[in-house]
Amino acid sequence: MMKRIFFLCVLLLPFGLHAETPEEKGLAIAKEVNHRDSAWHDQQSTMRMVLKNRHGDESSREIRNRLLEVEGDGDKTLIIFDEPRDVKGTAFLSYTHAKVPDEQWLYLPALKRVKRISSNNKSGPFMGSEFSYEDINSQEVDKYTYKYLRDEKVEGRDSFVNENYPSYEYSGYTRMVVWIDKEYYQPVKIQYYDRKNELLKTLSYAGYKQYAGRYWRPDIMEMVNHQNGKSTRLEWSNYRFKTGLTERDFDRNTLKRIR
Amino acid sequence: MLTLAVATMSLLFVNPVVAGEWSGYIAAEYRSFPHDTADSRQYDDNFSFVIEPEYHHKIDGSYESITFIPFIRVDQHDNERTHFDIRELMWQKAAQDWELRTGIGKVFWGVTESQHLVDIINQTDLVNAPDGEDKLGQPMINFALVRDWGTIDFFLLPGFRERTFSENEGRLRTNPRVDTEQAVYESAHGKRHIDVAVRWAHNIGIMDIGLSHFYGTSREPRLVLGTDSAGDTVFVPHYDLINQTGLDMQITSGGWLWKLETIHRSGQGETFNAATAGFEYTFYGLGNSNKDLGVLFEYSYDDRRQNSPSLFQDDVMLGARLTFNDVNDTEALLGVIYDRYYKSKGLNLEASRRFGDSIKVSVEARTYHETPASDPLNQFRNDDYFQAELAWYY
Repeated sequence: MMKRIFFLCVLLLPFGLHAETPEEKGLAIAKEVNHRDSAWHDQQSTMRMVLKNRHGDESSREIRNRLLEVEGDGDKTLIIFDEPRDVKGTAFLSYTHAKVPDEQWLYLPALKRVKRISSNNKSGPFMGSEFSYEDINSQEVDKYTYKYLRDEKVEGRDSFVNENYPSYEYSGYTRMVVWIDKEYYQPVKIQYYDRKNELLKTLSYAGYKQYAGRYWRPDIMEMVNHQNGKSTRLEWSNYRFKTGLTERDFDRNTLKRIR
Repeated sequence: MLTLAVATMSLLFVNPVVAGEWSGYIAAEYRSFPHDTADSRQYDDNFSFVIEPEYHHKIDGSYESITFIPFIRVDQHDNERTHFDIRELMWQKAAQDWELRTGIGKVFWGVTESQHLVDIINQTDLVNAPDGEDKLGQPMINFALVRDWGTIDFFLLPGFRERTFSENEGRLRTNPRVDTEQAVYESAHGKRHIDVAVRWAHNIGIMDIGLSHFYGTSREPRLVLGTDSAGDTVFVPHYDLINQTGLDMQITSGGWLWKLETIHRSGQGETFNAATAGFEYTFYGLGNSNKDLGVLFEYSYDDRRQNSPSLFQDDVMLGARLTFNDVNDTEALLGVIYDRYYKSKGLNLEASRRFGDSIKVSVEARTYHETPASDPLNQFRNDDYFQAELAWYY
């Protein structure tokens, strides 16, 4: 009912004069973030993941990332594991979708086996880290609903503060508070609230650089889990855009021979 | 096989482009058998060592590569278990709509866990692992056509690999032992018969499907009683020429994986059909933790019933897979196999955990219960065992 009244009010207002609701503004910001970070076609990067427990003990992983932009649907992601050595050659392929569940396959090199896996593992940890599958998967506009909260300066950067609500099933979050840099249109900080709406994690981005004259990417992403005292730092390198990858580089045949 | 190996070898060492990289692992394994041996020559416990280095060389981006994986096992007691194999010596090239592989390699087909009916390209390295999961390198030329309607793989398989069997001193073997020296082949060309296979595989939304056909020497031998040169009773492996059509399918929906594998085989005694079907359901984030619990159920059937040499002629498998999702990749798998005809049971526990960046510890235990003399599982009745493996990856 509220919605209908609101809709009527909007209709009655002279065009261009109606005030943008926080939801509309939040969505507009998310769309602008997506728009400014589109048309890269494909990208590749290398990532070192440093996991730290509450005692400060560290362990690391090394992975390579490949992404393919898909028109009108979610992106395709291929992740190749280089370290630790016992999982070297393991590869993870994901087709993200806005409306239907994602498709995911895992390749186990010792068995030469490609396994289709469930995509319900959204909130599960990625490689034992503080990043979950939903954090590392491609962020599609349609996967969330939005609300603009305020403007705020964070880490010395003028930012929009948006609240994102996952609209897909099996998320580990009720909401995320996202600080978006007004210049880069990329996140500076994200706070994740768990299913009980308690602060779970904070992700901070650092060392943004511009690539291919357009795309801003961070050198460092650090996720701190406030509930278990653990943290995970991602150190990114070797960002490349428009490298000529095609659908074929993201099929199950490729998974078996990518290494 | 030799020609293929030499051709690939020469590519491996002559090609002047960027150097490749080495990785691999070294492992020490200990096995303990708590029960008395069925044969007094067999051992009670055993040490074994494995080296499996891996050389990988990429040419021209990532679309052409050479892989070399030799494998060496040295076993304390079992001379048949002490063996060398080339797991992989493969040149491969990929283009937009085709892929070509030449050399020695491994191919896996299938979706189920309790047994792998459809998987037929490689011979089982049975001395390495009694569950049949380990395979010998198979010489092959594999051409794949990659199309919108799926991938079709064509295989030419020159050079047959015999299944490995333990000698008298070894555990987890038939009694009497299998005498591999006397292997009998249906094909007049023996081990040199060129086998062929074709497979279509596709992914349609929630369904992953594969349809395959194989013509050639059966990887699974018939075991026929005979005598060895010393006059002792032995099993002689008979390798028949077979035709096998296989279908494997998985439907992935929510936390459910629905699985089916079925085969139709002729040429090895009576023509038969066999199937394994079941599901795996995963509870993610068990009790608000990071742990996942997968519950597995599979039923296997072979229409030869009690005439089947298979351990899975009318069997139910119940399993639980616990994944900790921790820094150490800790995981455990418990499985129970119940034979509905013989009323026998097999228990299987596997667990592993990484320590630091490069050490991995795995433990495994198998026990066999209430096996009547007519049950093929009866051969293992004294061979309950516990195994621990320490592996170093580099």
